[in-house]
Amino acid sequence: MADLEQAAAESWEHEEKQMRHFLRFTRAQRLLHATLFTTFLGLAATGLPMRFSESVWARGLARGVGGFGAILFFHKLCAVVLTLAFLIHVKDIFTRSLIHGEKGIFWGANSMVANWKDVKDLFGHFRWFLGLGPKPQFDRYSYWEKFDYWAVFWGMVVIGFSGYAMWFAPFFAHILPGWALNAVLVIHSEEGLLAILFIFSIHFVNTHLRPDSFPMDMVIFTGLESEEEFKTRRPKEYQRLLAEGKLEARLAEAPGIWQLNFSRAVGFTAVAIGLLLLVLTLSAYF
Amino acid sequence: MKIASSIALALGALLAIAAPSLAHAQTDCLACHGDMSLQDASGHSVGVEAHTFAASLHGSLQCTACHTTIKEYPHPDKVTPVACQNCHADQASGLTGSVHAKASEHPCISCHGNAHAIFPKDDPRSAVYPLNIPRTCGFCHSDAALAKKYGLVNVYSLYMDSIHGFALSKEGLLVAANCQSCHGSHHILSHKNPLSPTYKANIPKTCGGCHAGIAAAYAFGVHGKAVAAGNLKAPVCTDCHTAHAIVQPTEAAFRMQSTPICGSCHQDKLSTYRDTFHSQLGGLGGYVQTARCWDCHGAHEILPASDPRSPVNQANLVKTCGRCHQGANLSFVQYQPHANAHDRKLNPALYFVRLFMNLLLIGTLTFFVIHTILWLIRSRYNQIKTRSADGGKNG
Repeated sequence: MADLEQAAAESWEHEEKQMRHFLRFTRAQRLLHATLFTTFLGLAATGLPMRFSESVWARGLARGVGGFGAILFFHKLCAVVLTLAFLIHVKDIFTRSLIHGEKGIFWGANSMVANWKDVKDLFGHFRWFLGLGPKPQFDRYSYWEKFDYWAVFWGMVVIGFSGYAMWFAPFFAHILPGWALNAVLVIHSEEGLLAILFIFSIHFVNTHLRPDSFPMDMVIFTGLESEEEFKTRRPKEYQRLLAEGKLEARLAEAPGIWQLNFSRAVGFTAVAIGLLLLVLTLSAYF
Repeated sequence: MKIASSIALALGALLAIAAPSLAHAQTDCLACHGDMSLQDASGHSVGVEAHTFAASLHGSLQCTACHTTIKEYPHPDKVTPVACQNCHADQASGLTGSVHAKASEHPCISCHGNAHAIFPKDDPRSAVYPLNIPRTCGFCHSDAALAKKYGLVNVYSLYMDSIHGFALSKEGLLVAANCQSCHGSHHILSHKNPLSPTYKANIPKTCGGCHAGIAAAYAFGVHGKAVAAGNLKAPVCTDCHTAHAIVQPTEAAFRMQSTPICGSCHQDKLSTYRDTFHSQLGGLGGYVQTARCWDCHGAHEILPASDPRSPVNQANLVKTCGRCHQGANLSFVQYQPHANAHDRKLNPALYFVRLFMNLLLIGTLTFFVIHTILWLIRSRYNQIKTRSADGGKNG
């Protein structure tokens, strides 16, 4: 970490190019994240005006997306695209694990499933925050990254189900009790609000805006990270791959300048929209 | 009285025919007053358009029939103003006690126009022809200064943009309500006067003069019954539709304004309605397909939910909800359009769902905000400690 931070600002990009690069996220994973954040921004931008329809900005935003009729249409459109992406992801997990017999999806260092190390890392991280211990050595996915993943997973199920229950209310009335039709709106809007507040503040800061990553962690856009980043952020995984002799297999070309610039444009736009929506949301309360 | 004035008119006409020598008097006067540029000492025009006058309602009368104080020529410089009430006693007595009673401010000609060009009210040339009335009244009632002076709303523009004004000015619909249809003509009274057709309790009857079917439906509903029983807190036509700015109720503008109007009395119902999807989407600017109060409760013939004829009676809900929600069944109509998630006794399930969701939201965010803030402080501290002062990549 210290090594990375000591790199002088002016020569950083140059040095970065000289370094070896490793692949962290596959194209499919990056595409999934891109679909997720575009539709999520769309859902937030069209959902918030409905949630706060009494606010001054809500009507302006509604007009911005083409009026009150269009806003629900775009909300549903984004929802359908996101649902499809989610279902493809779930199907992918099951085919990989059950049909192809791929190991390490539900357990182990590469799994998204939480384990005892994550609990220890969480407490260890807090101790490090307070200067009471060393910084935990993270593996491929840290506990907060797993939390982000499962938060989205849970949110998808809860927000998705309640959303479709409202969309097709007469159909869902066959299986749900009457009061549930009232509850789904409360669930949908509260969980949606939680997702919006969490992503646009906690996720943005934890992943992109904190000093070690500022202003943006490009790895989710390019899929690539330098050896220094790999070593300092996920030392456990790096050491493990090194020991197993599998490190070379992950080697990749450094990201092209167009790739970085494109990623920056997309990433900063997304973060800017997110922060704007966060301000609007908070303005409805304060 | 009407008969008396008719007799007076007939007599005048008779005189005009019977006494040709007197008839010459009109041409005598016009010898001077036919000159349109003729002015009196104070600069007022005293010219008379001979042809128009001859064609007008009073064209057969002698000048002296109205200008009664003029007996000879040359007449004095100063003449007494014409007293219309000499013939039109009925209308004059109507004006007495009306809002326009002060004759000096409201001479007959302020509404009827040029005294020498008065036409019957069904003649398009008349200032009080139905299609001309708004402009005639608007001459004063579109004046902002005057409106301010008397504490009136600037009604002219509101009326002209209303459904009545549109029908009248754009389509020339003679039966469209003009000012006079609701306010009367000579005996106009303040809406605070119980005798006025615009007094709150009289409004249903006034509007019902044209809208008879709706007036009957209204009288049948709770609001109509309450007003008839003397409860003037209950709404009449104008409370929902306004008096002058009446719009088509299916228009987005009306759908937007109607809900807060109902809510101004039914406050608890409005606040629970505000929590629903109907309101949240509807609030964004008149989304026509989300339910407003009257889509479910009815508009004019509103009945209590306990009444089997009410659309919100338990027995009718499937049909009422089904108007928008195709396939609505008995389970579907258990949905409560006015549920209160804050009321543990009334909606326990909803109360606990909301409580759980709130705790989840507050709990998650609180934990991670603390986590992130500590992390930020520690990261920054580490950066400063382990690096030279001018900083590295993220200095």
